[in-house]
Amino acid sequence: MNRFFSLFFVLAFLGACGQPEVPIKTPENIDYSLSLVVPDLDVPWGMAFLPDQSILITEKDGQIIHYKDGIKTSIQNVPPPYIRGQGGLLGIALHPNYSENNIIYFTQSTSEGSEKLGGNTALYRAVLNNNKLDDVMLLYKAQPNTKRGVHFGSRIVFDNEGFLYFTVGDRGNRDLNPQDITKDGGKVYRLTSNGQIPSDNPFVNVTNAKTAIYSYGHRNPQGMNVHPVTGEIWTHEHGPKGGDEINILQAGKNYGWPSITYGKNYTGTTITKDKALPGMEQPLHYWVPSIAPSGMAFVHNSKYPNWDGSLVVGALKFNYLERLVISDGKVAYREKIAVDIGRVRDVVLGPDGLLYIAVENKGIYKILPKT
Amino acid sequence: MKLITAFLILFSNLSLAQITTQETYRRGQMIYNEFCVRCHRPDGGGIKGIFPPLAKADYLKNIKETIRSIAFGLKGPIVVNGVNYDNSMAPMGLDDQEVADVTNYILNSWGNQHDEEITIKDVQMLNSDKP
Repeated sequence: MNRFFSLFFVLAFLGACGQPEVPIKTPENIDYSLSLVVPDLDVPWGMAFLPDQSILITEKDGQIIHYKDGIKTSIQNVPPPYIRGQGGLLGIALHPNYSENNIIYFTQSTSEGSEKLGGNTALYRAVLNNNKLDDVMLLYKAQPNTKRGVHFGSRIVFDNEGFLYFTVGDRGNRDLNPQDITKDGGKVYRLTSNGQIPSDNPFVNVTNAKTAIYSYGHRNPQGMNVHPVTGEIWTHEHGPKGGDEINILQAGKNYGWPSITYGKNYTGTTITKDKALPGMEQPLHYWVPSIAPSGMAFVHNSKYPNWDGSLVVGALKFNYLERLVISDGKVAYREKIAVDIGRVRDVVLGPDGLLYIAVENKGIYKILPKT
Repeated sequence: MKLITAFLILFSNLSLAQITTQETYRRGQMIYNEFCVRCHRPDGGGIKGIFPPLAKADYLKNIKETIRSIAFGLKGPIVVNGVNYDNSMAPMGLDDQEVADVTNYILNSWGNQHDEEITIKDVQMLNSDKP
């Protein structure tokens, strides 16, 4: 009986506030090498490969760079972002039919679309035509503007049905934004490729709701991708001190910030006593201490014999790329790749089956398997 | 002479107390906690070899360079308290008053002391240095 109760309490404890510890490994046998592909970048925030295998790169200060055959060209006619703290030009993605319509999407902080001082995250669409943007359209602008310099999001992906998802962080107003679906911020949004609200979005029938919202209760998601096998949308987000998370998105779900978290304030004080509450989703994984995750890619049909099936995530804070093996819905193994490379802002699996990482103050490296 | 020294010490302590109790310091603290704290840490200690410390940092002796770094960002190798750093700090998009405020906070926290208040004019004077 006692044993039964002990087991019960251990299980309840694990269920409520714990995950088995999976310490990160630093492999001694390095079976890859790093090759600098695009040198001399400042804060390369996002990357997208064009069909000809050239690369579009967003620099946070407001440039979209087209890198082709060793030459960098700055794309003309990019609307200037509102530069403030973590804000600037952020994510970039291609339309699923880019090869026919040349449409690209990008997110950036802007003062546009509001009288108020400050800025907020916005999604833009444009046609890329000979290294110039035409028909630049503002598709969605988070409101209101604020001078807060933190938590803008903002990654963009398309799911397998052609819906667009993008992320906006809580904009430094955790008490007001993330838990309120009538407000922007702390959300993942879902739109059609034209910027319309899909009729099956979860909150289309809720009075006053921001109907572009797909999921809420997020802090600052800066990694998002589509699982290559299941088609699910995976995100990660920066926690406070501790409590970075990986989540698999489901329509209308609440991911808990700031009502539940595994983290604390930067000063070490408590945000909430709760790590789990009814009606709020538990993360697939959380990082304590925080690694400051940025960029996310699945290794799939790759050139790496031992890495297929892994998830890779940039660790801004500790200057490496983290590789995670997921098994039965849990993280089973973690290791460091490219140790001490610098602040890894984004990671993409290129069309050549190789991983490309964008590193602040350096540039873009590709990771080559040793043969 | 002793009297003068004593007076000077008293005076400098008074002015220190003044800056840390002034509005500029309080505003600077809010800016710091929003824009700087992630890398430079709540105790101003930074992360050795990655993000330089601000607490008792010799780099801050050059006030103009300190203001420039906060206003325009910083890139490339620097040495702080004998440790090499080669990282980049993007411009934060602060306005001139905010740059003055956070400079006052940094120069008077974690054991740092700078008796003279940095004003918006000190920042504006450097605006022509913007890269």
